Amino acid sequence: MRYLALTKSDRDAMLKEIGVLDVNQFYQDVDQDSLLKKPIANLDFHKGEIEVERHMQNLASKNISASSRPFFLGAGCYKHHIPATVDHLIQRSEFLTSYTPYQPEISQGTLATIFQFQSIITLLTGMEVSNASMYDGATSLAEACLMAMRIKKNKKKIAIHSNLHPDYREVTNTFLNLADANFADEANQDCAAIIVQYPNFYGEIPNLDDVRKKCDELGCLMIVVVNEIVALGLLQAPKMADIVVGEASSLGVGLNFGGPLLGFFACKKEFIRQMPGRICGATVDNDNKMGYVLTLNAREQHIRRDKATSNICSNQGLCATAFTIHASLLGENGLKKLALINHKKACDLNDKLKKVSGIKIVNQNFFNEFTVELDRDAKLVSQELQKDNITGGLAQGNKMIFAVSELTSKDDMNQLCKSLNRILN
Amino acid sequence: MKSQLKEEFENNMDFTPKQIGLNQETDLLIKQSHKGACGVDLPEVESFQLKIGQNPRSEIGLAEVNEPQVIRHFVRLSNQNYSIDAGFYPLGSCTMKHNPRLNEKMARIAGFADIHPLQDQSTTQGALELMYQLQIWLGTLTGLTSVSLSPAAGAQGELAGMMVIKKAHEVKGEADSRKIVLIPDSAHGTNPATAAICGFEIKVIPTNQEGLIDFDAFKNLITEYGTKIAGTMITNPNTCGRFEKDIKKIADLIHQVGAYFYCDGANYNAIVGKVRPADLGVDVMHFNLHKTFSTPHGGGGPGSGPIAVRPELEEFLPSPHVRKNGDIYEFYTPKNSCGKVKGFNGQFGMHVRALSYILSHGADGLQQVAQDAVLSANYILYKLKDYYHVPFKGFCMHECLLNDKNQKEKGVTTLDIAKSLIEYGIHPMTVFFPLVVQNAMLIEPTETETKKDIDKFINIMIYIAKEIKSGNGDRFHNFPLSTPRKRLDEVKAAKNPVITWSELNN
Repeated sequence: MRYLALTKSDRDAMLKEIGVLDVNQFYQDVDQDSLLKKPIANLDFHKGEIEVERHMQNLASKNISASSRPFFLGAGCYKHHIPATVDHLIQRSEFLTSYTPYQPEISQGTLATIFQFQSIITLLTGMEVSNASMYDGATSLAEACLMAMRIKKNKKKIAIHSNLHPDYREVTNTFLNLADANFADEANQDCAAIIVQYPNFYGEIPNLDDVRKKCDELGCLMIVVVNEIVALGLLQAPKMADIVVGEASSLGVGLNFGGPLLGFFACKKEFIRQMPGRICGATVDNDNKMGYVLTLNAREQHIRRDKATSNICSNQGLCATAFTIHASLLGENGLKKLALINHKKACDLNDKLKKVSGIKIVNQNFFNEFTVELDRDAKLVSQELQKDNITGGLAQGNKMIFAVSELTSKDDMNQLCKSLNRILN
Repeated sequence: MKSQLKEEFENNMDFTPKQIGLNQETDLLIKQSHKGACGVDLPEVESFQLKIGQNPRSEIGLAEVNEPQVIRHFVRLSNQNYSIDAGFYPLGSCTMKHNPRLNEKMARIAGFADIHPLQDQSTTQGALELMYQLQIWLGTLTGLTSVSLSPAAGAQGELAGMMVIKKAHEVKGEADSRKIVLIPDSAHGTNPATAAICGFEIKVIPTNQEGLIDFDAFKNLITEYGTKIAGTMITNPNTCGRFEKDIKKIADLIHQVGAYFYCDGANYNAIVGKVRPADLGVDVMHFNLHKTFSTPHGGGGPGSGPIAVRPELEEFLPSPHVRKNGDIYEFYTPKNSCGKVKGFNGQFGMHVRALSYILSHGADGLQQVAQDAVLSANYILYKLKDYYHVPFKGFCMHECLLNDKNQKEKGVTTLDIAKSLIEYGIHPMTVFFPLVVQNAMLIEPTETETKKDIDKFINIMIYIAKEIKSGNGDRFHNFPLSTPRKRLDEVKAAKNPVITWSELNN
């Protein structure tokens, strides 16, 4: 078997040296009825690369990839172009096959990357501090709510400003229930925080100053959720927030059927010791050279155990690396331009859809995603679009949420409009 | 400290040649920024009426660099990392095994990497079938036949597993009366942290002289708390490198009081294909696909932490779960689901890699994985036992536990031994864990190291021990010396945290 490093003669030599006849002797503490001497039945035996590739290709061929047709799905997972540099760099052994940087002398590459990831996230969000990543936007939000309740002790409710992504709501609800907390019907003084998604699930851009005012009146924290981080290249940074969390997979990571994605978590510096997850900090070495270490470990499960701020251990390290590389390639002007192009494409599609009878645009404003109202069940429309080889927007009742990006062509939009015209009229 | 860092940060280009050979340094990209540079070419946009309901943002503060700069920066950074591809990485309980590149190639097929989680399920049948096949493999290997792939990493698998247990009690109307979870003192920190998030109260099970759960103490806890107990979280093989020989009796006792047995699968590599946890009485366990099933650690993640449960607990699994309905594969939410723990469908890209690995090994190869991992660990234990103190006698599983008792009297500690290994070109073992042994050194070689590399490690460890014994160990206090950085000041980092480049500029 190609991945195993010991040959039969190695094994025999090692057993002989230890003075053991059979490897099963090492398993002497296992109840002998439970010890399997032969491979488990009903499962295939080992395969060569050719056979494995064939098997996997066959499965992959049953899926329709996003790029293979006009594509308008978003809703928390956005299709963007990823520069070739990104995948090349993250496949370098030193990034791909290293562990969490617990030995900083031989992990400066990973640590300096995390440091720059944290720096970029704070700049984009207008926050002062960021951690080294979370699993995804939904779990980041759940952790943000738990943190808000640690800060606002005795407040066991969380309010939602409006139209939060349903997965984010559901995941957060799971965690709130575990903490004997729940969502409030409307914001009040029992709330530890108000959540506002920016832009919201339907693509509308809320006025954050209004939410801030409400938070101050009620004495609760303001949590801003951004699930399309490219938007922060055009929209004002949510710097009035206390905590900004969300999804950053738009840069560097890709769709992956919804995982791995890349959660981020940023907040004001005063809350740094309440944050979940790993944090990288700058320091000096024995020669006074600047270097980096994982820091503030006393918050974490491997030190604090049941008193930790979170149980998170592994995060999305390599995805954060991919994000950092992509964001670095874009830089100040590239990111702004990318955001502008995304918005322009959305405006173009918006204009085109306005002309299709049977469609009413819902949004007052938007970034690269907006919602239309149809005169029938959007699911049926989506199925009809599929017949024309178009992946439509997300169907929600009689609404459809369309997302575009720099990858959406004029031709894609025209095909969509033509098809909708056929379906609706 | 800030001013010191600032000075270092601002220290302008020094043109005096330095003898660095291949040890190239690189500045943070913000310091390399030069106005007008950009690493992408995007089309110009004609001016148009914005519809964002606000003014566009002005300066963000990102670096401006071109593509060659970015590549050189990250290549130089990568050169400062140790990796499993470069050398032996015997981190106990982390299972740093070879990461096959075939798996990377498979995960990048457009039909897997470029599909959206909200696409109509008729257009992602291959992805659902893949998840279903992985569920079958994990279920058959463990005998716990209902599998959820949803959890994002090991810690989230633990959480989902404990939520299943909580839900099972809730449905029986016993959630309020069963608040206690029994956890050994040798457990990973994630176990008590997870139980706490679930709202459980933790009672600690002590470890005995053999490095095993103290069975009498466990029995006493059962007697004392009885039906107040929701479950127990036990890692088997445990973090002392031992197989819990009383595991079946422990399972019987926990079941007698109506509680559940959660098995932390972090150390599953020792028994994959050798023992089915279901046969030991386990009700729920999690996997670390990034340990046993070789998905790369990526410098900290992503992981993937599926859970497997007995069929009678399937109705409590997190959503979504994949099932086969005739010829169609579909996501569904189990009847009494404990809830959704992650957005969308779990770390699918890791499921692809894990299945690719599993198919490569097959049932025969996986059994050999466990046997070789255990053999290699025992070989190291046998060879080092005369040089390092072995806290618990007997054979080990896939990792062996030592400590610095023999070396400490000469003033050299576990930390120095670990840092010396770095100097000698090997990644240290896990140190200072498990907590039940003072200054622990936990060594896990895995099955993907040749005998020659293992022998080299053993020789280096013996050399270090001999040097310390002959009084030449003082120099180890300063090790490593040949690394991109020497020992770093962690106290300074925590006292006044500087965690972004903006703070370096202030």
